[in-house]
Amino acid sequence: MRIELLLVGLPAPLFAVLVCILARRPRICEAANLIAAAVVFACAAPLPFLIAGRTLYFWRDYVVLDPLAAWVLLCTAIVYLLSSIYSVGYMRLLGEDDRLFEYYALFAGFAFTILAGPLMNNVGIYWIAIELTTLVSTFLVAFERAAESMEAAWKYIMVVSAGISLALLGTILFYWAGTFVLGPSYSMTWPALAAAGPRMNAPLLTLSFLLVLVGYGTKVGLAPMHSWLPDAHSESPAPVSAMLSGALLNTAMLGIVRFLRIMHGAGLGPLPQLVLVAFGVLSLLVGALFIVRQAGVKRLMAYSSIEHMGVLALGFGFGGALGVAGALYHMLNHALNKSLMFFGAGAVMRAYDTKEMDGIRGIPRRFPLIGGLWLAGAVAITGAPPFGLFMSEFTVMRAGLNPRFAWAVVSMALLLIVIFVGFLNHFRAMFWGVRGGAADAAPVVLGGWFIAPMVLALAPLLVLGVWWPHEVWTYLSGIGQSLWRTAP
Amino acid sequence: MLLERLDPLASSVFSTLAIASLLLSFVMLGSRWLKNYLFAFSAESIVIAVLSATVGYYGGYPELYAIAALTLLFRGVLLPYLLWRVVRRLDVDREAHLALQPSSCLVIGALLVMFALAVSFHVVGGLRLQMTVAVLALTVMLSMKLIGFLMLTVRFEAISQVLGLLVLENGIFLGSQILVPGMPMLIELVILFDLLVVVVCFGVLVRYLAAHAGTTSSLELRRLVG
Repeated sequence: MRIELLLVGLPAPLFAVLVCILARRPRICEAANLIAAAVVFACAAPLPFLIAGRTLYFWRDYVVLDPLAAWVLLCTAIVYLLSSIYSVGYMRLLGEDDRLFEYYALFAGFAFTILAGPLMNNVGIYWIAIELTTLVSTFLVAFERAAESMEAAWKYIMVVSAGISLALLGTILFYWAGTFVLGPSYSMTWPALAAAGPRMNAPLLTLSFLLVLVGYGTKVGLAPMHSWLPDAHSESPAPVSAMLSGALLNTAMLGIVRFLRIMHGAGLGPLPQLVLVAFGVLSLLVGALFIVRQAGVKRLMAYSSIEHMGVLALGFGFGGALGVAGALYHMLNHALNKSLMFFGAGAVMRAYDTKEMDGIRGIPRRFPLIGGLWLAGAVAITGAPPFGLFMSEFTVMRAGLNPRFAWAVVSMALLLIVIFVGFLNHFRAMFWGVRGGAADAAPVVLGGWFIAPMVLALAPLLVLGVWWPHEVWTYLSGIGQSLWRTAP
Repeated sequence: MLLERLDPLASSVFSTLAIASLLLSFVMLGSRWLKNYLFAFSAESIVIAVLSATVGYYGGYPELYAIAALTLLFRGVLLPYLLWRVVRRLDVDREAHLALQPSSCLVIGALLVMFALAVSFHVVGGLRLQMTVAVLALTVMLSMKLIGFLMLTVRFEAISQVLGLLVLENGIFLGSQILVPGMPMLIELVILFDLLVVVVCFGVLVRYLAAHAGTTSSLELRRLVG
C-alpha cells in the first residue's frame, strides 16, 4: 500500500506541465518544475528499499514495479532533480524569459515520459513511452533556435524514429511468436512473454530480439546507431543534455535488458550476449576515437556517453550476477557523473561564450570552485579511483574474465586507457594550457544554482567509490540472478 | 490460428492487397515529385484499411472494422493532408538532388524484396506455415521496411524523409494485420494516435528548419560533424 502511494507521486511533473502552461510566469514555472522534481525524488528514492526483490503489479497489471525498474527510476529521479536545480541558474543566463514556460513545460513533460517507460508492463505501451520521450525532447533540443540546434533536432527525430520503428517490428514479431503458444489474442506483458519464451520458435525469437536490440540500441546510442547522439547532446541546453544522457539512455537500456531476460529464459542467451558485447566494444572504440580528436566541449561529453553506454552493454552482455550488478552500479554512477560534466560544460560554455575547447583556457583562475568540481568529475568519468565509476568498470571487467569474452575485456581495458589519456588531455589544455587569443579576465561568479547541483552530484560519487554498501550489492546481484532464471 | 484455416478466396484477397501496397511503395521509389509520394502513400494506406476490414471479416474480429475506419481517416486522409499543407507552404515540389536515379532505386528495391523473401522463407519454414499467406505478409512487411530505409537514405528533402518513415510504419501495420490480427486494439489505437502526433511534430519541425536553418534538404545540414 505504501508503495502505491509513492507511485502516485511520480506523475507530479504532469502538474508542473499544467502550471507552466497556465501561469506562463517564468519564476512560477521554475518553482513548479523544481517542486515536481523534489516530489519525484522523494517518491522514487525509497522504492528500491521498499520493494526488496519483489515484483509488484498495480492497476490491473498495467503498471509493473520490479527491482530493475525501481533502480532505473532512482537514477532518473536523481538526474531530474539535479538538472532542475541547475536549470534555474542556467536558463536565467540565456535571457529568454518570455519562452521559459515552454522550456519548463517540455522539461517536466520529458521527465514524466522517462519515468513512465520503466513502469509500463505492456511491451507495446513501453514502446509508446520511449517514442514519446523522443517527440518531447526534440523540442528541447531545438529550444535555442540556432541553425545548429535545428539540425541536431532534425537528425535526432529522424534517426531515432527510424531506429525505434525497428523495435516496433521486433515487438510485433515477439507477439507473433507468442501467438503460437498463448493463442491469437493475449495481452503482451513482460511476464506473459517471459512465460511463453521457452516454447516459442527459436529463429523467430532471435530475429525479433535482434530487431529490438538495434531499435532500442539506437535510442541508447550504441555504435554504430549513435550518429544522432553527439549532435543532440551538444546542441541542447546543458540541463537537457544531462537529462538525455543521464536518464533517457538508461530507460531505453532497460527495454533491452528485459528482452534479454526473455531470451535467457528461452535458453537462447548466448547469441544475444555476443551481439550486445560486440556493440559494447564498438561503442567504446567509436567513443575513444572521437574523444581523442574532439574539438567541442559538449561533444566531448557526448562521446563519453557513448563510451559509457558501451560499458553498460558490456556489463549486461557479460552477464552473471557480477556483470549485471556492475552495469547497474555503473548506471547510477554515470547518471551522477555525466550530469556533473554537462553542468560544468554548460557553465564554462556560457562564461567563455564558445563551444570550442580551443577558446577555453585558464579555467582555474576564472572559476576556482566550479572548475575544481568539474575537474574532479573529469577524473571520475575516465574511471580513475577513488570514484564510483572505477568500482563499477572494474566489476564489469571482472565479470567478463572468462575464455569466451577475454578478447572483449582486453579491448575494453585498452580503450578505457586511450579514453583516459585523451579525455584528460583536453582538460589539461583547458585548465593549464598556454593562453590562446582571449583576453585575461577576472574570476566569474556563478551563483549557488550552478554550484549546488555540482556538489550534490560529486559527493555521492566519492562515497560510492570508497564504499559499495552491502545491501546495494545484494540488491543488484539479485537483479542479475533473476535475469538468468529460466521460466518453468 | 487464422493463418492455418484460411479459405483460398480470403488468402488470395489478402495476397492481392499486400502486393498492391508493396507496388505502391515502388511508385514512391520511382518518382521524384513530392505530390506523387503523397498520393502513393495515401493510396497505400487506403489499401491497408481495406485489408484490415477483410481480415476482420474473414477472421471474425469485429474490432478490426473500427481499426480500418480509423486507418482510412488518419493514414489515408488526415496525414497526407497535413503533409500536403506543409509541402504547399514550403514551395518545394520535387527532389532537387538525387543520390540515385529512380531507375536504380527500383532495381535496388527489387533486390531488397528478394532478400526479404529469403528471410521470410527461413523464418516461416520453422513454423510450418510455408504454404500460407504468412510468407507473403512477412515478405511485404520486411520489404516495406527496407524500402522505407532506402528512401530515408537516398532522399534528402524533409518531406520525403517523413514519408520514408511513414512507409516503415505502414509496412509494420500491414504485416501485423495479417500475422497478428488478434493484437489488442488498445495498442493499435495508441500507435495510430502516436503516428498523428509524430506527423504534427515533424510538421512543426520542418517549419522551424525552414525558418532557422534556411533549408529543408538534409544535404545542406552539415554543420555538425566529428
